[in-house]
Parts: sequence; structure tokens; C-alpha cells
Amino acid sequence: MSKPKVAFYWCASCGGCEETVVDLAEDILGVVEKVDIVLWPVAMDFKYKSIEAMPDKSIVATLLNGAIRTTEQEEMAHLLRRKSVYMIAYGACAHLGGIPALANQFPREQILQFNYETSPSVVNERKTRPQVKFTDNGREPTLPALHNVVRSLDQVVEVDYYVPGCPPTPKLTKVAVTALLENRLPPKGSVIAPDVALCDECPRKATKPINVSFTEFKRPHQVLMDPEKCFLTQGIVCMGPSTRSGCEAACTVGGMPCTGCFGPTSRVRDQGLKIMSSLCANVAPKEEGDINRVLAGIPDPVGTFYRYGLAKSMLRRRVNLPVK
Amino acid sequence: MTEPSKSPKGSWTPRIVAFFCNWCTYTAADLAGVSRMKHASNVRIIRLMCSGRVDPQFVVDALAKGADAVLIGGCHPNDCHYVEGNYKCLRRYQMLQRMIVDMGIEPERLRLEWISAAEGEKVKRVVNAMVETVSKLGPLGLPRKFEQWDEEMEHFAEHVTAKEVAAGACGCSEHGNKPEKMEAAHV
Repeated sequence: MSKPKVAFYWCASCGGCEETVVDLAEDILGVVEKVDIVLWPVAMDFKYKSIEAMPDKSIVATLLNGAIRTTEQEEMAHLLRRKSVYMIAYGACAHLGGIPALANQFPREQILQFNYETSPSVVNERKTRPQVKFTDNGREPTLPALHNVVRSLDQVVEVDYYVPGCPPTPKLTKVAVTALLENRLPPKGSVIAPDVALCDECPRKATKPINVSFTEFKRPHQVLMDPEKCFLTQGIVCMGPSTRSGCEAACTVGGMPCTGCFGPTSRVRDQGLKIMSSLCANVAPKEEGDINRVLAGIPDPVGTFYRYGLAKSMLRRRVNLPVK
Repeated sequence: MTEPSKSPKGSWTPRIVAFFCNWCTYTAADLAGVSRMKHASNVRIIRLMCSGRVDPQFVVDALAKGADAVLIGGCHPNDCHYVEGNYKCLRRYQMLQRMIVDMGIEPERLRLEWISAAEGEKVKRVVNAMVETVSKLGPLGLPRKFEQWDEEMEHFAEHVTAKEVAAGACGCSEHGNKPEKMEAAHV
């Protein structure tokens, strides 16, 4: 009997998710033994044409990481969706839009202009930019076009499961792959991580008082942080209360507050608004001016509360940006 | 609520979602009604037990689903039936104002007012003033905007299907795997 086929693909991502697959270390041998990898551009040489030639649904699962930002990524998402029984959004970018989705605050023209012309490290006197199409000696090479909007995978194709995290931990990856191979799958649409807030597994939880009250918000680089006390009691923004657990509190154990990469639990629709609601309600002052002084300690609310989740937030993108 | 609201004449008029607290502002709106005061009919009032119950998700959801503006009404400072609820609302409101501005929405589309149970006249004044302000701003029209954003993608999906049909692949919709609606995942 032939082994089940699995594909790995990456879209708008940094490569950290691929790294996690490698971080399975010896366990990856067990996986490789049981499956047949048919596509993994970062590590192995396969051709898109051979994927196109496969019958529909002949791949058991595609683990796709990265947000969808270009026409090529969109096309590959559609192609792999069609060829796979299960489409798995792997990592924060495929799950929520991730860091690339922060680009949804800016017009495409501004992004291109900065990257190809005005960025301090760029020398481009002729203001050359990559073209979608051009003619060269009778040939017409093409490049993928950049979309105006950065999207999570499920805003482009149907997704069966989500493995959260920036990047997902090797442990969660193993849980997901094992569930897949043993056909013990949770209900469709599940996020493969516990459905409780991060605080549940944070070792600092015991030091969190019943009433948190903020007289000041401080950023991690501005203070000497207590290595054991709850970040919220220290006036440091921690996304833990509105973020799903499952990372074994990697950041808070390592001395940094949670930034929210696992996304919300199933009861929360908009992760950023929920943590904003919780933090702001607990600001101590009662007068408008004093409240503003405390809130000024969070200079970039969208970047702080939607660090990974802007594409999946209710508004998705700055609403007054051009579409064309 | 995704269709833009129309006056009987067919021109656009603003649609405002109002979250009023049970103990003060909703009672004031009731008083305005029994006192036969007339105010613009553009508000859709939702009664909550306290302005402290106004989750910022409610406000943004209303805007995302087609409201042109949101009005929150609560008890005056020190008058909250639950002691602290209106202060919680005020603090959230101040941050939410900054956030909606960062997301490209005019700050005038979100307003917080303290209206006691005796101030029926203030309900009338605030609603009329807000309708006037929002009328000048024009429609927010987010549902239509979200559709426009996804047009760049839907066209491409068609293009891919067409290319495959040309290449002899099965072009039936079942194998297209395109969600019925691009916003399907955005519930």
C-alpha cells in the first residue's frame, strides 16, 4: 500500500514555521517513514506541474504556512486545496494573517514606494520596480502581482484545521500530525490547541491579584521586569488573557509578555478588541484627562492588540484605503 | 442590515445603533417617548443593563455590519447603578476612539453621552445632533467595502478556473473549492 501523501507549502511568511517542522528533530524520521512528502519547496525539489497532474484529493493533508498576499500564493492555495483532503493552516500567518497582515494599515503604493525607493538602505535612482509583465527579446516573463489586502488562508480557501503559533511548537505539530496519521481528528474547523487562555498555563498566574489596576502602562524596554510577577501587575501589556494557550507559556517563562500569536479562544470573535476591553476597563483614573495619560502608555494600539490578528479582526484592514 | 438605509424618497439617511443602559439613558429615551418629544428616527436602540456591558466588539460589529455610527448612553459619573460600570465604559471608549481613527473611521461616528433618567430632552438633542453630524459625513458602508476588497481575489479565482478548463481539467464548481462567499470565514 502506498504511503499517505503530505505537502508543505509557504506563502507570505518568514520561514520560521518551516523551522518548526525541522525542530521535530528525530521525530521527523517517524513522520517521514509514514508519509510521502510530495511538495516542500523550502527543503526539496518538486515541480508545481507534478502537483497539477495529480488527481483531486490525492494528497491527504497540506500544511500551508504564511498569509495570502500575491496572486501566485492565491493560485497555489486553490490548487493545493483542490488536491488535498485536509487543508491545514499552519502557523499564525495562515491562521490569522500574522505579522504580514499589519500591512493592512497602509496603501499598497506606500508599501512599494518605501521598499523600492525611499527606504534608507535602498539605492534605486531609476526608481525601478518589479513589473507583473514585460517583454524581452520576444519572450514575455511574468511575476505574481501583490494584492491590496493581506489575507488569512481561510479568507481565500476552505480550511479544515488550524495549528496556531508564531511559530507553532514542535509539540503541537506532533499532536496535529499524529492525529492526522491515526485518523483521530477533532471536528472540522478546530484549532489544534487547548481552548483556554494562556494564563491557565502561565507560571506567573499565582501572582495575579483579583483586582488588576493600571496607573501607568510601561513597555518592556522601559523597565526592569520582575522575573516572577504577573506582567499585568507590573503595568506591562500582556496579551495572555485573550490568547489561546498551548505554547507552554514560552514567552512569559522566557521573561517577555505574551504578544498573542496563538490567536483568540473560540468564545472571542476579535482578539484585539477583547484585550483592549479588559485592559482599559482596569485603568485606575476616572477623569478623562487622567485616563488619557494612562492610555498614552500604549502608543500603537492597533500594532499592539492586533500584532498577529489584523487580517482576522472585524475590520480586517484600515477602511479608508484605496482598493485599486 | 447590510443594505444602506433609504428614506421614503430613496435618498440615503444615516443608520445609528444606540446602546443605552437600562437604568438611565434607556429610561430617558422612554421618558422622551411618553412626553411625546420628537427626534430623528435614525437610531436603533439596544437596551443593555449597563454601559459597562458595551463590549468594544459590539460597537465594531455594528459598524462592520452596516451601521453608519454608534451612540453609547450611560448614567452620569457617580450615578452608575453598578457603581463602576460607566467608568469602565468611558475608559474603553477613549481607547476605542483612538483605535477606530487608526483604522480609518471618523471619530464622530462613535459618541458617548451621560444621560440620566430625567433627561428625556437630552436624548432628543443628542440624537438629532448626531444624525446631523453623520449626515454630513455620509455613509460608512463597510459591508460594500469588504466586498470591493475581495473583488481583486474573486476575479483571480475565475481566471484560475478558466485556465484549468482550457487545460482540460474539470471546471465544475464542486472542485473549485471556493467558499460560497469570500466573507464566509469572517463570521
